[in-house]
Amino acid sequence: MKKSVIISAVTVAGLTAGAAFAGTLDDVQARGKLNCGVSTGVPGFAEPDANGVWQGFDVAVCRAVAAAVLNDSDAIEFVPTTGKTRFTALASGEIDMLARNTTWTFSRDVDLKFEFVGVNYYDGQGFMAKADLGVSSATELDGATVCIQTGTTTELNLADFFRSNNMSYEPVPVETGSEAVTNYLAGACDVFTTDRSALAARRANFEVPTDHVVLPEIVSKEPLGPLVRHGDNNWGDVVRWTLNALITAEELGVTSANLEEMAKGTNNPEMNRLLGSEGTLGEMLGLDAEWAKRAIAVSGNYGEIFENNIGAGTIIGLARGVNAKWTDGGLIYSPPFR
Amino acid sequence: MSGESNSFVRKEMISERIPPAAERGLFKWVRENLFSSVFNTIMTFVSLWFIYSIVVAAAPWFLNGIWDAKTIRECYDLLDGKSGACFAVLNERFPQLIYGFKYPSSEYWRPNLASILLLFALAPILFRKLPRRLLAFSAVYPFLAFWLIWGGSILTSVSAFLGCVIAIVCYRRFSSRSFAIAVLISLIAANVWWIIGGYIVDLNDSVLALKDVPSRDLGGFMLNLLLGTIAVCLSIPLGIALALGRQSGMPIIKWICVFFIEFIRGVPLITLLFVANVILAFFFPPGTSLDLILRVLIMMTFFNAAYIAEVVRGGLAALSKGQYEAADSIGLDYTQSMRFIILPQALKISIPGIVNVSVGMLKDTTLVSIISMFDLVGMIRGPILSSTDWNGVYWELFGAAAAIFFVICFSVSKYSQWLERQLETDRR
Repeated sequence: MKKSVIISAVTVAGLTAGAAFAGTLDDVQARGKLNCGVSTGVPGFAEPDANGVWQGFDVAVCRAVAAAVLNDSDAIEFVPTTGKTRFTALASGEIDMLARNTTWTFSRDVDLKFEFVGVNYYDGQGFMAKADLGVSSATELDGATVCIQTGTTTELNLADFFRSNNMSYEPVPVETGSEAVTNYLAGACDVFTTDRSALAARRANFEVPTDHVVLPEIVSKEPLGPLVRHGDNNWGDVVRWTLNALITAEELGVTSANLEEMAKGTNNPEMNRLLGSEGTLGEMLGLDAEWAKRAIAVSGNYGEIFENNIGAGTIIGLARGVNAKWTDGGLIYSPPFR
Repeated sequence: MSGESNSFVRKEMISERIPPAAERGLFKWVRENLFSSVFNTIMTFVSLWFIYSIVVAAAPWFLNGIWDAKTIRECYDLLDGKSGACFAVLNERFPQLIYGFKYPSSEYWRPNLASILLLFALAPILFRKLPRRLLAFSAVYPFLAFWLIWGGSILTSVSAFLGCVIAIVCYRRFSSRSFAIAVLISLIAANVWWIIGGYIVDLNDSVLALKDVPSRDLGGFMLNLLLGTIAVCLSIPLGIALALGRQSGMPIIKWICVFFIEFIRGVPLITLLFVANVILAFFFPPGTSLDLILRVLIMMTFFNAAYIAEVVRGGLAALSKGQYEAADSIGLDYTQSMRFIILPQALKISIPGIVNVSVGMLKDTTLVSIISMFDLVGMIRGPILSSTDWNGVYWELFGAAAAIFFVICFSVSKYSQWLERQLETDRR
């Protein structure tokens, strides 16, 4: 935005109104920048590093879409959103897509009029307890004091879980995740509960992480995924199939290392259609033939992104679990590229 | 009568002697202030015990502090089980705390220069003994600072400045006829100039151009200071105008001012910020929305102005009716009587209130962290505390934020006390 616009906008803001409404894809391409909503920071999922460059598992989805659409994985305006501002930012058009560990629920999809294009992380609520408590399963937590964030779905899930297992508990309500951790470490509660990915990230930075265990039970479904606005299906398709391209690439064994070689053409027709050496899939999306190749080239396929940001080799150390590809018994599954 | 027989009368002065040990220096102070009664003695020992336990508890934490580490885990390793602070986070993320994480590091000199120049620009306003000619720099400063912080061509700032000059010249020219006409003409002239100037700037946008920094890239304490300074500077004149408007005999002006003040005061600041952030975005078509910082600034200025208006109204109410009548009786018109008689007295009374509200405003700028702007607190709560490297470092970061704010706010309140003594002319 030109500086003069800021100044004259004070007086003539209303006069310049009435820009023509075009599709989001055209808007993004005309702008040359993707406005991608991310969180203000979740370890491993979205966090700016010491140089201010956004890194993380959710951020990788933004970068893949930007590479597919604009051929530049850095042509992104990351718009940090809080839990309170994320939906209005998307609804008002301030951002083109939201990739911010947002749970796909009925009301968000239907009532708030958003379109979840897929799931990039299957999360679930879990429990963390001190190792010396000697608990190996959440079903042994009868009578425990539990640190719980108020006003969240986790609070309700907790009540359901304990009631259905005929156990009692004493809640210690706190406002934020950080507050919950400080309370938990100070011994105000025996157990801390929230999404398992968050538990793992918090635990990694404890003074002695091995003194704490994340219990195996998962008491809720939290499918997290990127979302777009209702009403622009073409744009929704672009984001959906970019995510699917990353997942399919892992399934087909396309990695950042062998991408160039595979893109020359192989005897696997689906891989050829994905990477653009065969068929016109890119054209149907309104992009060129190599869109998926560029998306994969940014940080590799789904599996590589997972391992580099939150996987077992990182500090956060999450196992693939249900987020393994379907052929390995997980839930990560993409419709075919045909 | 002869004095010589009075041999007991001393003829020379005794030289001054130092007071007895119990009545001087530290000993006297301690005895009078700490051990003057049984109760005070007990309190002294209790307090000493408190101070001692706090120091004993906190000192190792400070002394063992680690200043050089890459992650919180490295801190833990270095501390090896001892209690100690992990100040390394301040070390590594210091630029982020001050400038936010997106301001290009090669351009840090620009906000630095702008904040140093701010001192020079404020000096003639704050200290009346400095030469009045320095005020010229204060007038230029906002435009200079805008250019320095946001970058772009200097022509933008020059054009904005010239627009203001044109407005003032037009006002001077026509003010003898009618106040309303003069204001209207100067507004039109300035806007015409800004529109023309906008085109000229767009044509030559490389003249003395600094690298463009969009508003959403500003952050850290720089953002707090920026929002606080601008909101306070703009809201003082607006607040005075509102206070005068509220006392006006003209019903429309009076009721507009009353409605504005009561509405803004009746709504929490955080609500206004949410309106600025999320609601206003719906009213602008995509691409033409006002800059977020500008929206926030407008809301903060309105908020602060409403409070300052009430403080100034208190000052106006404290003046006896005789002052108003005296001004009228020597034939001053409304503007003159306000300018020479009423406001100088009312504002002097209002200083503590205005400073109180303004210091509050400066601290309230941290509320923007809730609408996902990365001011000092937003940086801590967001990117730093939720980074893989540093999540878990609370005391060090929030302590640093508190220390920074304390230094600034304490200096402001000290200045205001000094100013009150300077302006003290009566009543005591």
